[in-house]
Amino acid sequence: MKYVDEFRAPQAARHCAAAIARITTRHWTIMEICGGQTHSIVRHGIDQMLPNGVTLLHGPGCPVCVTPAGIIDAAIAIAHRPGVIFCSFGDMLRVPGDGGSLLAAKAHGADIRMVYSPLDALEIARDHPDREVVFFAIGFETTAPTTAMTVLQADRERLANFSLLVSHVLVPPAIEALLSEPDIGVQGFLAAGHVCTVMGYRDYEPIARCYRIPIVVTGFEPLDLLQGLYLCIRQLEAGRAEVENQYSRSVRRDGNRTAQEALAQVFVVQRQRWRGLGEIPASGLALAEAFARFDALRRFGEVGAHAEQPGPCISGEVLRGMKKPMDCPAFGRQCTPERPLGATMVSSEGACAAYYRYRRPRAAAGTAEKVSP
Amino acid sequence: MCLAVPGKLLSIEGDDPLTREGRVAFAGIVKAANLAYVPEAQPGDYVLVHAGFAITVIDEAEAMKTLAYLAELGPEEVP
Amino acid sequence: MPAQTGDVIELAHGGGGLMTRRLIDGLLRPAFAQSADDLTHDGAMLDIGGARLAFTTDSYVVRPLFFPGGDIGSLAVNGTVNDLAMCGAEPLYLSVGLVLEEGFAIDDLRRIVASMRNAAEAAGVRLVTGDTKVVERGKGDGLYVNTSGIGLRRAPLPIAPQQVRPGDRVILSGDIGRHGIAIMAARDHLGFETEIVSDCAPLAAPVQQLLAAGVEVHCLRDLTRGGLATALIEIADAANATIRLEETAIPVSDPVRGACEVLGLDPLYVANEGRFVALVPAHAADRTLGILRHFDEQAAAIGCVEPGGTAGSVSLSTIGGNRVLDLLTGEQLPRIC
Repeated sequence: MKYVDEFRAPQAARHCAAAIARITTRHWTIMEICGGQTHSIVRHGIDQMLPNGVTLLHGPGCPVCVTPAGIIDAAIAIAHRPGVIFCSFGDMLRVPGDGGSLLAAKAHGADIRMVYSPLDALEIARDHPDREVVFFAIGFETTAPTTAMTVLQADRERLANFSLLVSHVLVPPAIEALLSEPDIGVQGFLAAGHVCTVMGYRDYEPIARCYRIPIVVTGFEPLDLLQGLYLCIRQLEAGRAEVENQYSRSVRRDGNRTAQEALAQVFVVQRQRWRGLGEIPASGLALAEAFARFDALRRFGEVGAHAEQPGPCISGEVLRGMKKPMDCPAFGRQCTPERPLGATMVSSEGACAAYYRYRRPRAAAGTAEKVSP
Repeated sequence: MCLAVPGKLLSIEGDDPLTREGRVAFAGIVKAANLAYVPEAQPGDYVLVHAGFAITVIDEAEAMKTLAYLAELGPEEVP
Repeated sequence: MPAQTGDVIELAHGGGGLMTRRLIDGLLRPAFAQSADDLTHDGAMLDIGGARLAFTTDSYVVRPLFFPGGDIGSLAVNGTVNDLAMCGAEPLYLSVGLVLEEGFAIDDLRRIVASMRNAAEAAGVRLVTGDTKVVERGKGDGLYVNTSGIGLRRAPLPIAPQQVRPGDRVILSGDIGRHGIAIMAARDHLGFETEIVSDCAPLAAPVQQLLAAGVEVHCLRDLTRGGLATALIEIADAANATIRLEETAIPVSDPVRGACEVLGLDPLYVANEGRFVALVPAHAADRTLGILRHFDEQAAAIGCVEPGGTAGSVSLSTIGGNRVLDLLTGEQLPRIC
């Protein structure tokens, strides 16, 4: 596949890893923001290629992981309403709220359908004028424009039986919230390449300046990640703190203007609760007043929100990069992908699930699997 | 987050800015993608598709530059 | 049984992964198994009055009922034929049980029955007994099919995970992932313009050829739900062996590759219905490949059984090293994140 295979070339990857080893003279702690990047790193064994001096932390860029439990409970409550067809991306189906997951709700009789695109949900609404169709709109700035265009189409067609449960979140405020934590320890960031494809990277420039931290906009394939790390470490070694764009085949400084305009038209920015991180100002999206009739919470009333329950789950600290999955006493014991306590274990790209699937420490000697310190 | 996959735009259907759609080839399969966010895309371009929408046109020249940079990191010992 | 989602059966229990295993090991085997071997393998190996038999059963609930490359009927015949073939047995006789929903179109039934007849002919088996039931409208999702089968074991040596030895090679009979993607594309209206066709097919002939050629086959497993990875993890577990796979050696067709990339799926876990793996000693690997390539030129040597390592595990070579493959929790779901 063009633009995929070339960026998975093993020999080039090894050369890049060797180059990283050559330039690394001190210990550096770098966080990759995006869950998709975590998934790729663990899947391809990228962290196994890095010199011991480089520590990778996995950040909160997993929209599935940070969706508040209350919203999932609301989703389930709406899905159980008679006549409702509830549509969701596959990613959200296993995530537990406080009252179980959407998949469990389906087992109990709710009409829950998996879709690949919000446009599929729109199609279902057109095909079933007698049913209320609700779409679970989650994701970061990469996905929000797909929701926006769907709303614009629904608006133009004056669809009466379609609404959305919106839980879109924004990356830069989360980065700032992380950086204002005292013990954070992150010295450089790999920014999420697809978020930046939409939003550009201007917003990161003040962050890099203000916190004196290099930020490299990075793609998702092994060569992208390795080059992103190389550029970040090169900056750190030289004492620079700038925004660099590794993913230039996809990302431009100003991003995608058409998509940004659609976002501005359909959404307003609001204070948002993040699972495991608490409330962050100006970090989420809600439907603008002109499109409020498509808001499922308005249509169905505030439903099912429970207060977040305490428990052994430390996914908040994992999301903040302060702890690793193996640091959690429940990891691999009470908490497994089939019986997840928190979203970082459920989401296939959550740090805990990635570690469980690809790097669970094995009891027997033999395969020496390097795990990042 | 954000699984987005590059594919070749084979053809475009429709003129309406909201619903303009393209047939996109990913290795051996062809699937439709909404082109509202890539008004400049032309058949033959490669687009990055996420959740049924093309979110950018891939810049071939930049891709080549990235690969060239990586090639230069090569096996030499001198940085 | 997992407590959190607790008191009811979920779809994931049928996915072939961890939850299926838990259901079988935790609820079914304790009730039924009278020996350590019962309910552990694709088929039961029985010795009755001097005849060496294999006996197996399978139920089919696939949706949609008709898909590119087959239907629930051909699936039901080939699935049971293949389970018998994997025991090294020559499949001979099948039974078929139909549970029909009131209102099911008789034309559809006619199509499916014809498909079963054709599949049986192609596989060289006879459908000799069966049963039909009808349930009320709304209680049956159209049609469910069960097939059970009996075959004669011809192989001189046992064929089972316990025969696997360090140094054995893992040979795969063809490219992976077609069936799962074909079903998903048809069922979830994924809008793939290209039709991906299921690989549903009988496997008795290639297996019989291997045995007739005197290849020392240690273990056979057809790939079904849960894909290549699940089949090999199960073998590694039962054999207490360490299997190492070379990712670049595993054949995946372009359409399946494209579909998996777009949906965020790992082809190693996508269902198949006409592929199997054979574990054979290193000296037999080339011969095995030669024979299997007559049936499918995509047949490939994809890995080996390693001495040492972590017993009961399957690892895949990656750019950065090795990664251990785990059973999935439930069905692999497409993702956008």
